[in-house]
Amino acid sequence: MLLIYCPYCEEERSELEFRGAGDAHIARPANIADITDEEFEEYFFLRQNPKGLIFERWRHIHGCGRFFNAARDTVSDRFYTTYKAGEPKPDISAILQSEQDKGAAK
Amino acid sequence: MADQAIASRRAALTSRGGSAEAILTPAPAATRISLRAGADALPALSAALGVTLPTRPKTSASSGQRHALWIGPDEWLVFDESEADLMGAAASSGTLHSAVDISHRNVAVIVSGPGADVAINSGCPQDLSPAIFPVGACSRTIFGKAEIILFRTAEDQFRVECWRSFSPFVFGLLSEGAADASH
Ligand SMILES: [Zn+2]
Repeated sequence: MLLIYCPYCEEERSELEFRGAGDAHIARPANIADITDEEFEEYFFLRQNPKGLIFERWRHIHGCGRFFNAARDTVSDRFYTTYKAGEPKPDISAILQSEQDKGAAK
Repeated sequence: MADQAIASRRAALTSRGGSAEAILTPAPAATRISLRAGADALPALSAALGVTLPTRPKTSASSGQRHALWIGPDEWLVFDESEADLMGAAASSGTLHSAVDISHRNVAVIVSGPGADVAINSGCPQDLSPAIFPVGACSRTIFGKAEIILFRTAEDQFRVECWRSFSPFVFGLLSEGAADASH
């Protein structure tokens, strides 16, 4: 069972309580009525779908109900870290480095 | 003069079940509110409701027949087993808040006995060991396909709140879990 740490409930819970909600850190243009169709398409539809590290929104829908953000690996499904909505992107290179160090130590 | 037709409410859970290890009992009627409020409203709301709204995840507070369960950072389930007027109490606080009367949206099943945790874990992924989910702990979670609010009322007793329309499913799956708990 995949466990996900909810930063509001402050503990790991089963993935059954959660739902994914797409890419994180997508800023809605402040001048939404002025932008071109292409710019709107860029903002609204186009996503990178990277292989590896991705920043996503998740919702603890069957728990506290809160949206939060997660840094996840799309290949291994591993959650590197989760953090509250509105908080800045964490420094993932430090996390990846410590993962590597742990792996090398094994 | 014609007799007046008066509708009578039929209890959603008319059967009783469980096993020796996990006894299932439909909980008596209670008043319930779904309460949403910001941190600044909490002291006055707590005073008006007569129970201190908890602010730590998975915790609850009780005062007599009245219980306040932390659901999320700004959300609580408050219920009163003596069916006291919770909407009126919240309104008297004079604070900015949202209170929705869900007294009849929810029903509850009391699961009690030495296998109560095993019966619930048949459909719920939460760790119910006493260190992680002690007496007084509460959480919205999942039971099979239904969302529930789980509240540990004693070492060997839980209150399982669910939506009225889900209750036959929840009661049925709990019955299966209770039967399994005795094996
Ligand atoms: Zn949560």
